This record gives sequence, structure tokens and C-alpha cells, in this order.
Amino acid sequence: MDYISRYLAWLGDGIRDWLLNADDTGHKFALMLVAIILFVVVMGAVLLAVDRPKRVPRWLVTVGFVGPALLMLTFGLVYPGLRTLWASLFDRRGQNFIGLDNYILAFTQSEFQIVLRNTALWVIVVPIAATLIGLVYAVLVDRTRFERVAKTLVFLPMAISMVGASIIWKFVYDYRAVLRNSEGDLIAQQIGLINQLLVWAGLEPQQFLLNTPFNTFFLIAVMVWIQAGFAMTVLSAAIKAIPDDIVEAATLDGLSGAKMFRYITIPSVRPALVVVVTTIAMGTLKVFDIVRTMTGGNFQTSVVANEFYRQSFVQQNAGLGAALAVILFVLVIPLVIYNIRQLRISEEIR
Amino acid sequence: MTTTPPPVPALVTGGVGDDDAGTQSSRRGLGLDQRAAKAKKRLTSPWASLLAAVIAILWTIPTFGLLITSIRPQSDINRTGWWTFFTNPTVTGANYQEAMFGSQTNLAVYFVNSIVITLPSVVIPITLALLAAYAFAWIEFKGRNVLFVAVFALQVVPIQVTLIPLLTQYVTWGLAGSFWTVWLSHSIFALPLAIFLLHNFMKDIPPSLIEAARVDGAGHVKIFFQVLLPLLVPAIASFAIFQFLWVWNDLLVALTFAGGTRNVAPLTVRVAELSGTRGADWHLLSAGAFISMIVPVVVFLALQRYFVRGLLAGSVKG
Repeated sequence: MDYISRYLAWLGDGIRDWLLNADDTGHKFALMLVAIILFVVVMGAVLLAVDRPKRVPRWLVTVGFVGPALLMLTFGLVYPGLRTLWASLFDRRGQNFIGLDNYILAFTQSEFQIVLRNTALWVIVVPIAATLIGLVYAVLVDRTRFERVAKTLVFLPMAISMVGASIIWKFVYDYRAVLRNSEGDLIAQQIGLINQLLVWAGLEPQQFLLNTPFNTFFLIAVMVWIQAGFAMTVLSAAIKAIPDDIVEAATLDGLSGAKMFRYITIPSVRPALVVVVTTIAMGTLKVFDIVRTMTGGNFQTSVVANEFYRQSFVQQNAGLGAALAVILFVLVIPLVIYNIRQLRISEEIR
Repeated sequence: MTTTPPPVPALVTGGVGDDDAGTQSSRRGLGLDQRAAKAKKRLTSPWASLLAAVIAILWTIPTFGLLITSIRPQSDINRTGWWTFFTNPTVTGANYQEAMFGSQTNLAVYFVNSIVITLPSVVIPITLALLAAYAFAWIEFKGRNVLFVAVFALQVVPIQVTLIPLLTQYVTWGLAGSFWTVWLSHSIFALPLAIFLLHNFMKDIPPSLIEAARVDGAGHVKIFFQVLLPLLVPAIASFAIFQFLWVWNDLLVALTFAGGTRNVAPLTVRVAELSGTRGADWHLLSAGAFISMIVPVVVFLALQRYFVRGLLAGSVKG
């Protein structure tokens, strides 16, 4: 007996190890297949169990359908959210209750005020700039021969990761120390495009990502570059939905170009504009990848989402990290409410 | 819950993916010639064309520059800017070779990790969300509306709020640093949006179809698989592509749950790390960035129509 139980324990450990530590390609793919098959088998069993309309009570059928999803949401979103809310009232180790001290710290200390200021800058500049560029571009390429290609080019940044986008732009901003020979000519060539343009224009190259306070704007540019495609696509659809008779009537009244844009296009796509601005603002509020990849939050470029990560996982200050996460959540809420209300209004109009 | 409007897709009738203006105009009963005439009128402004061209170039040049860089020899990259490539074109695949298989970067391993992380993280939430959405749309039960509003509201919870308690839980269970935590987390985070979107699509299916099946004696499971599923394929495709790219491009979740471990961490984590530790090695960074971007770009170009729809629908995701 002892032999068998020991064998079973050994077997259990082996399976456990196989499931948790996949270290070569074949093993990883096998594990992936096992996970998917396991999932399909479990779900299949649940469905099979509830697929007897006569014998199974209806509430059980309902539980079979919504139960797994609700269970996961409760475990993975609701409960952790409440835990974080609670943890934000404790100190860095989560041992002593300190009330709102973490929040007070986050709003009063100068270091964090810079973080909040940066976040405000991001949330104001990115939506406005991206929407403006997207709108203008959508109008310009609308119904032209090269519309499709033109839109694909601007939309492409939406498809790639923010890490990829950050590296693309880090290279654009790349800086080489300025070294001159005895005649005053530059020895080292710039390999970043913008600095080379500055050199060609006869100006000094700049360390775009190091020099405060403008470095934040150079990070913001990356997000604008990503989000403009989103704005363009939504607004382009809205522009195409403007009834033709309105446009024709305006044309007969002598409107064209900028005036058409100002008096017909903008008012017609206003609901879409609001949705685009608030949606981009929500995404921007949570931006983390760009800051982390490009500057790591150094040189006074950090934002709330990045500071959350730093406090939680680098500084190990659980309480402050939780408070920053809650702040992020609270900041999103007004945007969401406004967004939903605007959607309601635009639905009613239709 | 029909009063809650769907997010952005309500406003989107077309998109980048729509084949051409022709299909749209014919749908609205407008002649193509009329449209063409208008297009010509608009193009007459040279300033407008110039502005459009400037934006298009600004949006393309940065990527193009890095792409050129990734195929230049290392010594050239460090000595001269990528624009000199056109006067002195030397092409090499060495950067990709080294980024992919070199012992310092080893992106091939992380590429596998990205694939292994992504596929279950797409399949699992979609399946669960389909079932839940079906129940919310077609099974009458007490508290249905309240529950659905709650799920809808969960969409906007920033995932930052959940990370540390989840990680603590995974550590307690002894799962930390394995694929399971990443799969589970991505699945959970995808559910609110997935349920909401698929519910909207399911609600659009005519009730008579479902009634007819019910009269024939079909249970919910049969109705779900035989009547609804075939009609939902486009909706599922849109969401699947959105979720695929979200997971593939994700940094935060992977960083938190997969950490820096070579066995689990995906490409984004590794490339971001390289950007910090080997920030001056542009031959590796440029190739690495494109290795991590190739899959999303191919998916985007191949499935533009679904892609745009899915991306727009999911834009509010936490």
C-alpha cells in the first residue's frame, strides 16, 4: 500500500510539474492543446448535463450557460477590485490601516503631482490632437481614388503593439552626442530622423526624451500617431452617413471647402466626435506601455498607470499602488458616463 | 437591456475594410457616376491633397525608417542614418537571424510563447461569452437585466485594479509564473466586452427563428448550436480578431503574470526589456520590433474588414 501511495504521489508531482513548467517548444504547444481540450471537455460536460429539457429544471440550464462566465468575473474582476479598494487604505505592507493617507500622498507630494500633471496633459492633448487629425484626414481622403490605401496607412499603427510603436518612435527621436572636429564640422552623424532634420536645418540636435518638460509631448505624439487611425475610421463612417441631399443643398447654396467642413460636416458628425474623444481619452488614461518602453517613467514623464506599476511591483508599496489603481478607476468613470449619455442621445436622434 | 446602446459600432456603418464606395452607393441607390463627379470636385484643391499627403507620409515614415534599418548591416546602422540606404543599398538578414536565434535575444522562444499564450486566451473567453450571451438574450430568468447591466459596467474597470489581488491568489495556488495564470487572466478580462457584444448580435437575430426551433422540440443547447452559432460567425470573427491582437500586443498582463521568465513571457515583454537594456543596439531592436509586429500586420492586412469592426467595438476595453 505504501508503495502505491508513494507511486501516486510521484505521479501527481510529475503531472503537476508537466502542467506548470513547460520549457521547450513541443512541450508548450502540447500544454496549449491540453488546456484547450480540457476546457472543451469541461464545457461539453456542463452543456450535456443541462441538455435535457424535460428532466432538468430551468434554473440549472441557466446556471450552465451563465455560471462559468459569472464565476470568472466574480473571481477575477469584482473580488480583486474590492480587495484593491480595501488595500488602498493600508500601508505599504498591507498591515496597518492608515485611512486615506495614500490618496493624500498621491495628490500632495510634488513627485506625484508631476505624475498627475502629466496624466492630465496626456488625457487632454491626445484625444484632441488625434481626433482633429483623424477628422481632417477623413474629410480629405473621403471619396477620392486612393481612399482605401490612404486610410490603411494611417490605420496601421492601431494594429501593432504600443511596445512596437514606442521602438519605432524611439528611433525617430534617437540622439547622438554632438562632436565637432577642429573645423567645427560634426563628426558623428545623427541616425534619428528628427535630429538629422534639425542638423540639415542648421540647428542643434536635441535629446527629445530627456529634456523636461517637452519630453512628455514627444511621448504623447506616439499615442496621437496610434489613435488618429481610430478617430479617422469612426469619423469617416460618420461622414459617409451624412445624407447626400444635405450636402447637395449646401453646395447649391454656394458652400464649399472650409465652409462646408465648418457648417455641414462638423455639426453632422458631432455625436461621433464626442464618442471618439471620450473613447480615446479613456484609452489614454490607462496608457502604460509607451511610457515604460520609451523612458521607463524617468525624466519626469511618468503617468498614473506607469506609477501604479512602479509602486506595486518595483517599490513594493502595495497600499500606494492600490490607491493609484483606484484613482485610475475613478478618473475613468465620468468619461464613461458622458460617453454613454452621448450614445443615448445619438440613438434617440436616429 | 435593450435601452443600453452598444458602443461605437452603432456609429460605424463602414470602415477601412469596406471594399469600395461602389457597394455602399449602390446600396443607397445612388449612381456611381454622381459620386465620381463629386470626388473629382474635391480633388481640385491642391492644398487639400498636399495636406493629406503630408499626414500620410508622417504616419508612414517612422515605420518605414525602422524597417529599412532592420535590413541594414549593423555597422551601417550605427554610422549613418537609414535614409543613406538609398544611395548605398546593402541588404542583410543578419539582424533578424541574430534577434531570432542569437543567445542574447532569442526571440524565437518568445515568439512561441506569444502563440501559446494567445490561442487559448481567444478560444476560452469567446466560448464562455457565447454561452453567457445566449442566456442573457434568450433564456428568461430572474435578475437577468440587473446581471447584464453589471456585466456591461465591468467593461470599464481598469485591469490595474485587479492585478495584485489576482497575482496573490495565483501565488497561493502555486500557479504563479505558468501559462495558466496568463490564460485565465486574459480570459477574465475579455469576458465583459465579449458578452456585451455577442449579446447585441444575438438580440438582432429574429425571435421567430428561435421560436420555430423551440416548437420543433429543441432545447437551449440545440438551439444554440444549430440555429444561432452559424448566424454569429461574422460577429465571432470580429471579436476573435480583436481579442487576438489585444492579447498579442498586451504588455501589462504579461509583465505582471508571466514576469521575465523565458518560459512564459511573450514577445512584447522581451522586446520592451531589450529596449531598456540594449537601447543602443538598433540592429537588434529594429529586427525585434518587426518580429513582434509581423503577425498583427499580416492579420490586419488579410482580414481588414473584420479587424476594423472588432477594433472599433473593443475600443473601450480596460
